[in-house]
Amino acid sequence: MINIWEVNETNKMVEQENLDVRTITAGISLLDCTDSDLDRLNEKVYEKIVSVARDLVRVGEEIERDYCIPIVNKRISVTPISLVGASVCRSPEDYVTLAKTMDRAARTLGVNFIGGYSALVSKGMAGFDEYLIRSIPQVLSETEYVCSSVNVGSTRTGIDMDAVRLMGEMIRETAERTKERDSIGCAKLVVFCNAPDDNPFMAGAFHGVTETDAVIHVGVSGPGVVKKALEEVRGSDFETLCETIKKTAFKVTRVGQLVAQEASRRLHIPFGIIDLSLAPTPAVGDSVAGILEEIGLEYAGAPGTTAALALLNDQVKKGGVMASSYVGGLSGAFIPVSEDQGMIEAVQAGALTLEKLEAMTCVCSVGLDMIAVPGATTAESLSGIIADEMAIGMINQKTTAVRLIPVIGKDVGEEAEFGGLLGRAPIMPVNPYGCGDFIRRKGRIPAPVHSFKN
Amino acid sequence: MEKQKAVITVVGKDTVGIIAAICAFLAEHGINILDISQTIVQDYFNMMMIVDLERADLPFARCQEELSVIGQKIGVDVKCQREEIFEKMHRI
Repeated sequence: MINIWEVNETNKMVEQENLDVRTITAGISLLDCTDSDLDRLNEKVYEKIVSVARDLVRVGEEIERDYCIPIVNKRISVTPISLVGASVCRSPEDYVTLAKTMDRAARTLGVNFIGGYSALVSKGMAGFDEYLIRSIPQVLSETEYVCSSVNVGSTRTGIDMDAVRLMGEMIRETAERTKERDSIGCAKLVVFCNAPDDNPFMAGAFHGVTETDAVIHVGVSGPGVVKKALEEVRGSDFETLCETIKKTAFKVTRVGQLVAQEASRRLHIPFGIIDLSLAPTPAVGDSVAGILEEIGLEYAGAPGTTAALALLNDQVKKGGVMASSYVGGLSGAFIPVSEDQGMIEAVQAGALTLEKLEAMTCVCSVGLDMIAVPGATTAESLSGIIADEMAIGMINQKTTAVRLIPVIGKDVGEEAEFGGLLGRAPIMPVNPYGCGDFIRRKGRIPAPVHSFKN
Repeated sequence: MEKQKAVITVVGKDTVGIIAAICAFLAEHGINILDISQTIVQDYFNMMMIVDLERADLPFARCQEELSVIGQKIGVDVKCQREEIFEKMHRI
């Protein structure tokens, strides 16, 4: 039987070390909503979302209460909307109506975000894909809950550079349209390479076409718990360090597994995957950079950071896969700058640069995340940064993503304030030299040689 | 109710009658105590009970609320959680 020490350890993780379940995300397929009439399509989309997820928030709150574990977000992801609207949307404005329907459904249900305003264009953009992409700035400035993502490359297909160029422009336009709020629209827009179909985390969640009709994914968190555990073994060798991270990741993931099973059972929706990611929040002590410091770095970004992060990421996966049979999504350490107090401090101290962050993305999940750059950064430079990050994902057969915020009207030395879980971000300098001739080339970068495995 | 076991934890400044107050409530509502352990660390009272709610005459959520109210009256923090979270975390 469980003993008092084990009970106290679990409760201490929640009460003092910020252990939480970051999200229960209900993935909903909208493929069966397609219609030749736009109004009818909108109606069917609304009905499907609110009927499948009607109990999501209530059940989430019940589980929270039963186990005394905070479940920070209840979210919805849907089939990439470019596909849902393909047969009927004839302009970006047509797609905007679908975004507003998603927003309305999210408001009705009381969820925190709805993801899937997305297009998958890793090998090329169809006309309807381009309509959706061109509608993104308007959507992100006129909706509250909608998150958008575009997959522009993969190891199997190469990188669609036309989409990369277009996304640079769309990020700038989104920033312009939301400049009164420090260009916050860009915080809800992700550009992916090798995007997973079952990611529960925003802003990049969508319900992939390979998924069943409805499914429950759970994302856990817990950087604070890992840091605390490492404090107990300060100065030990690498074996002890790795063992400690693994054991902690196991415990954290088991909580996610329990919550996922319970949510699935109570909602009568099949369980999909657990995403093992260490997701930081701006709260003190809930920082991935804090773990890197505990491993032995003065600041995140110091020499040794990439190695320390690689080690951390790998041990989290090793502990996590033992705890759940179905692990998926992004599953690794997140390194968003604005959402992590330790990362913010590292940038302010001059220890962490955009280039070092790019190196770090080679060894952990996701990519350049929640990074504020000067408002004067050109669309071409943004596309160049996206292309670099996509290339890392394509060559290394991993997911990479870019969520950059060119903060209109602000420059290096100033700070953007997003509030809540999105945090605040010091503006980071971008390499000032041009890449226009490269970005203006038409077409795509071919798939790498190691993708030909057949 | 399908799953019946819950863990009650009590943490706070030690005072007379903490266990009595909790146990009186449990007995009144048909909740059976399966295991109980207690320590005092630096004057702080720390208790854990594993209880069976199979024959409880009130729903789990009410039980949580009422225990919490009893705790407030005595000046301690009383928590009631379903047991699986501990089982899952600490047992393979």
